[in-house]
Amino acid sequence: MNDTVTVRKPKVRKNHIKMRLIFFLILLGILLFVTVFADKIVPYDPYEQDMSQAMQAPSDMHFMGTDRYGRDMFSRIIIGAQTSISSTLILVAIISVFGTVMGMLCGYYGGIADSVIMRISDVCLAFPGLVFALAVAALLGGGVSNAVIALAVISWPKYSRVARSQTLALKKSSFIYAARLSGDSSLQLIWRHILPNIAGPVFVTAMLDIGTMMMELAGLSFLGLGAQPPTAEWGNMMSEGRSMLQTYPWIVLSPGAAIFVTVVLFNLLGDTVRDYIDPKNSRQR
Amino acid sequence: MGKYILKRLLQLFFVLLTITFLSFGMMRIAGSDVVEQKMENRGSVTSQEVVDAAREELGLDKPFLIQYSVWLGKLLQGDMGNSYVSGKSVFSTFISKLPATLLLTAVSILLTIVISIPLGILAAVKQNRFTDYVIRTISFIGNSMPNFFVSLLLIYLFAIKLNWFPVISSELNLKNVALPAFTLAIAMSAKYLRQVRAAILDELGKDYVTGAKARGIPFSVIMWKNVLKASFVTIVTLLTLSIGSLLGGTAIVESIFVWDGVGKMAVDAINMRDYPVIQAYVMWMAVIYVLVNLITDLSYRFLDPRIRLGGTE
Repeated sequence: MNDTVTVRKPKVRKNHIKMRLIFFLILLGILLFVTVFADKIVPYDPYEQDMSQAMQAPSDMHFMGTDRYGRDMFSRIIIGAQTSISSTLILVAIISVFGTVMGMLCGYYGGIADSVIMRISDVCLAFPGLVFALAVAALLGGGVSNAVIALAVISWPKYSRVARSQTLALKKSSFIYAARLSGDSSLQLIWRHILPNIAGPVFVTAMLDIGTMMMELAGLSFLGLGAQPPTAEWGNMMSEGRSMLQTYPWIVLSPGAAIFVTVVLFNLLGDTVRDYIDPKNSRQR
Repeated sequence: MGKYILKRLLQLFFVLLTITFLSFGMMRIAGSDVVEQKMENRGSVTSQEVVDAAREELGLDKPFLIQYSVWLGKLLQGDMGNSYVSGKSVFSTFISKLPATLLLTAVSILLTIVISIPLGILAAVKQNRFTDYVIRTISFIGNSMPNFFVSLLLIYLFAIKLNWFPVISSELNLKNVALPAFTLAIAMSAKYLRQVRAAILDELGKDYVTGAKARGIPFSVIMWKNVLKASFVTIVTLLTLSIGSLLGGTAIVESIFVWDGVGKMAVDAINMRDYPVIQAYVMWMAVIYVLVNLITDLSYRFLDPRIRLGGTE
C-alpha cells in the first residue's frame, strides 16, 4: 500500500508545481507589464502638484488618496514600481553574476585567493548588511544607482558561497576528470561543465533573493540614501509620509502595501521555482 | 581544545588588525574632507589658514600610514579620539549608547525564542496539516514585510489607534522597548520558525526515532528527550548569529523608534561623516563578529560531542 503512494506522489507533485509556476509567472507578467507601460496606465500625472487636492483620503477619484502636494498616490505607486522593480532586478543580476564567477574561480583554483575571498565573504555575511550598505551609500552619496552599488558590494558573497561549494563538489566528479583528460583547458572546464551544472542552484538563490533585495533597497531609500525625492520610489514615499502617519495613514501604508505585495509575489515565485528545479529540497517535504 | 582556542584568538587578532586598516583606509579614501564639511555646516566662509590649522590639529595633514599608526596606537590605549561633530570622547559616547542596544537585543531575542521555537515545533509535528499551513503562511508573510513597514504598522495600530505604547521611546523601560523589539522579533521569528521546523523534521526522519517508536516509547518522550536535544545545535547557531547582528544595532528600527542605540549612532555618524564614531562602530562590529563565531563553534562542541574542533584533537 505504501509503495503505490510513494511511486505516485512525485508525478502528481510535479504537475502541481508546474501549475503553480505558470500561475505565478502570469502574475509576474502582469506586474512587469504594468511596470513597463506605467506612463501609459497612470490615471494622473504622478509628479503634478495640485495643492487644492492635497491630503485627500482614498475616494473614487483618487483610489489611494493624494499626498501632501496633491499628487495622486495610485499613480505614484505605479510609477514607483519602475524604480523599485528595475533597480532590484539589476542589482540581483549584478550580484548573482559577479558572485558566481568569484565562487567558481575560488572553488576551482583554491589557494590563497580562495581563503582571502572567503574571509571577505564571511565578514560581509556576518555584518548587519544594511549598516554596511549605509556606509557605502553615504560615501557615494544618494541616488538609486549608488544604492544599488552599495548593496551589490555587500551582497555578492551569498552567491560565491553557493557557487564555490557546488564547484568543490563537482570538481571531484569523474566527468570533470574525463573532460580534463580529453584536453579541456581550465577555463573551458569551468564554462562548459561546471557553470551549466551549478546554474540551477544559483538561479534558485537569485529568485529567492529578489524579495530580500527589494526590501533592502527600499530600506536605503527610506533612510534617504536611495532614490531622492521627487522621484517616486516606494521606500522614499513611505519616508516622506512618515510624519503624517497619525493623520493621513494612507500616504505611508499604500506604498508599504505595494512593497509587501510585490515581495510576496517574488517570494512565492522563488519558492515555486525552487520546488520545480529541485523537488527534493521542497519546503513541504 | 586549548590549542584550538589559542589559534582562534590569534585569528581574532589578525581579523581585527585587518579591519582597523580597512576601516581607516576606507574612511580616508572617501575623500570628503571633514574640516571643510565642518566649516560648511557652520555656514561661514573660512580662509585657507584656518582650514590648514584645523587640519593640522586633527592630524589630517600627515601621510596615511602615519595617521594610521598614530590612530592604532591610541586605539590600543582605549582612546578612540573625539567625535568631529559633538567633540566628545568617542569611547564614552559609544558606551552610553550600549545599554539601549543591549536591552533591545535581549528583549527581541527573548520574544523570538518564545515565538519561533514552539511554533516551529508545532509546525513540524503537524507537518502538512492545517496548523502547519497556517504557521507557514504567517511565517511567509512575516518574511515578506520590510521591517520599516512592520514598524510603521505597529506604531499605527498600537501607538496611534490603541494608544497602548508610546510612539517615541524616550526612556529605557519595558513599555518603550516593546514595539521595536516586537518589530525585530517578527522578522526573526518568521525566518527561524521555518528553520526550527526543518531541523526537527530532519531529526524526526532519522532511524532511531522510528526505532524508538517501534519499541513503544511515547512520542512526547522521544520529542523532548531526543529530537529537541538534537535540534538544539541548529537553534543555538541561529540565535548566536542573530544576537551578533542585533548587537550591531538595527539601523532602521532604531531610527524609526528614535531608540538611542548603537545602530542609530552609526546612521547618524554616517550621515554626518563623523569618521571617529564610524570607526568605533566598525571595530565594535568586528569584535562581535569574531566573538560570535568563536562562541558558536565552542557551543557546537558542548552540544554535539561528535563535532571536532579544528580537526586536531
